[in-house]
Amino acid sequence: MEEKATKAEPKEKKTHDKQEAVIAIKHLKKSFGSKDVLKDINLVVHRGENVVILGRSGQGKSVTIQCIVGMLIPDAGTLKVFGEEVAGLNEKELKELRMKIGFLFQSGALYDSMTVRENLEFPLTRVLKLKDQAEIDRRVEEVLDGVGLADAIDKMPSDLSGGMRKRAGLARTLIIKPEIMLYDEPTTGLDPITSREISELILNMQKKYKTTSIIITHDMECARITADRVVIMDDGEYIEEGTFDSLQKSKNKIVQSFFKDIS
Amino acid sequence: MAEEITIPGWKRWLEDIGEQVSFFIRFFKNIFVGGFEWSEFVRQCYEIGYRSMMLVGITSFIMGVVLILQLRPTLVSFGAASMLPKTLSVSFIREIGPVIIAIICAGKIASSIGAELGSMKVTEQLDAMDVSGANPLQYLVVTRILATTIMVPILSVVGDVIGLFGGFLALNLRDHISISLYATKVIASLDYTDFLPAFIKTIFFGLAIGFVGCYKGFHSSKGTESVGLAANSAVVTASLWIFVIDAIAVQITSILFYK
Repeated sequence: MEEKATKAEPKEKKTHDKQEAVIAIKHLKKSFGSKDVLKDINLVVHRGENVVILGRSGQGKSVTIQCIVGMLIPDAGTLKVFGEEVAGLNEKELKELRMKIGFLFQSGALYDSMTVRENLEFPLTRVLKLKDQAEIDRRVEEVLDGVGLADAIDKMPSDLSGGMRKRAGLARTLIIKPEIMLYDEPTTGLDPITSREISELILNMQKKYKTTSIIITHDMECARITADRVVIMDDGEYIEEGTFDSLQKSKNKIVQSFFKDIS
Repeated sequence: MAEEITIPGWKRWLEDIGEQVSFFIRFFKNIFVGGFEWSEFVRQCYEIGYRSMMLVGITSFIMGVVLILQLRPTLVSFGAASMLPKTLSVSFIREIGPVIIAIICAGKIASSIGAELGSMKVTEQLDAMDVSGANPLQYLVVTRILATTIMVPILSVVGDVIGLFGGFLALNLRDHISISLYATKVIASLDYTDFLPAFIKTIFFGLAIGFVGCYKGFHSSKGTESVGLAANSAVVTASLWIFVIDAIAVQITSILFYK
């Protein structure tokens, strides 16, 4: 039985430090064989901001965040995170950068040979190199409590529902207190109620841990709940951006097609 | 046209060789990176060694029995029945034991490692480990390859002993020989040139089994079908490597010990 997420507080109007661009992407291009997936991507994400990248499946949304975390190397353009060009980082520098970034995979990507507790202990002992078991236990329990999974601490991933796996995956990424959170389709494959709970959880965790977030989705409800700013992606390019409400009034037909079912 | 088809094939093959060399170098470097995963290494030794013991034991026992039953008529016809313990022990320790046990391990262990890591790749667990800043090579690859490198020789020694015991029981089906006389004949017929090269080559068999399993799993493509392919490919490639290593080892041993 899946536990209820903490109810999201009403979204407050946020002011972001416009001087501090945490992620800055200019003219980013990425191809796979003859297919140009990212044609000309330009995006600046400020500290504390929640940016939702909205687009149809197969448009290269996930490729953008995979480039941000250094899983893929762009073909052209610049991609700076905390002012550093990701493609120019050596292995050690990339590892240090990744310690500041949390990446929630579509499936949750829990290590299926480990319990939930061991999954959460893994980044603490391997990445942060914590030795004190009392401190490890305290942090595991605190973050699991935050995502409403305290009772599932000793369960195996195979015993968890889809929503619980996403929560556990979120807990595992948040436990190292990242400054940036990248969410790859966090609500895909979930029922509408659980999707809403996960979206509210993302918002609550963003407030609690004060992270800067990029959320890749095609779930409009998730975008409405979580976004400070929405970027619409089509055919490898960002075609329009703005707040969720402002984009609802857009004249662009592609943008309109995303909003037509919810207006 | 023919050239256009052939060159990409060679290029792919060469790329694969290059990737394997690069993977091996990364594995080797990661052995010496701080924070060795002792608990995972011990767990893998248990999974790979202890859990394969029964299979290796039964197979070796049957092989010992079968070899005696096959050898006996021929040696008896030459009036050389007393040579049975010597013939069995030399052939088993030098060649049959290590190779057959390694092939069994390739089927059980390389496929299991290939499928496990392939499945982790498909479900994005390897990517998750990588982007979190943890080191999947150190946790998953180093521990598994070192575990196979250590456990396959141990399994081989255990298999040799059980196989020779199987031979003793088979010998007693027709003839009567005491265990002490049998053991004395076996020990007298073996020296270090039989045991040592065989033991050393099982270390390389273990290394190949672990390396191929990890490489195939790590480099499987992202689809459920690829998990089966990784497991299958790991068994086939590891088995091939075992025969290649065996051929090289026999050549080296012949030059060094049997001039």
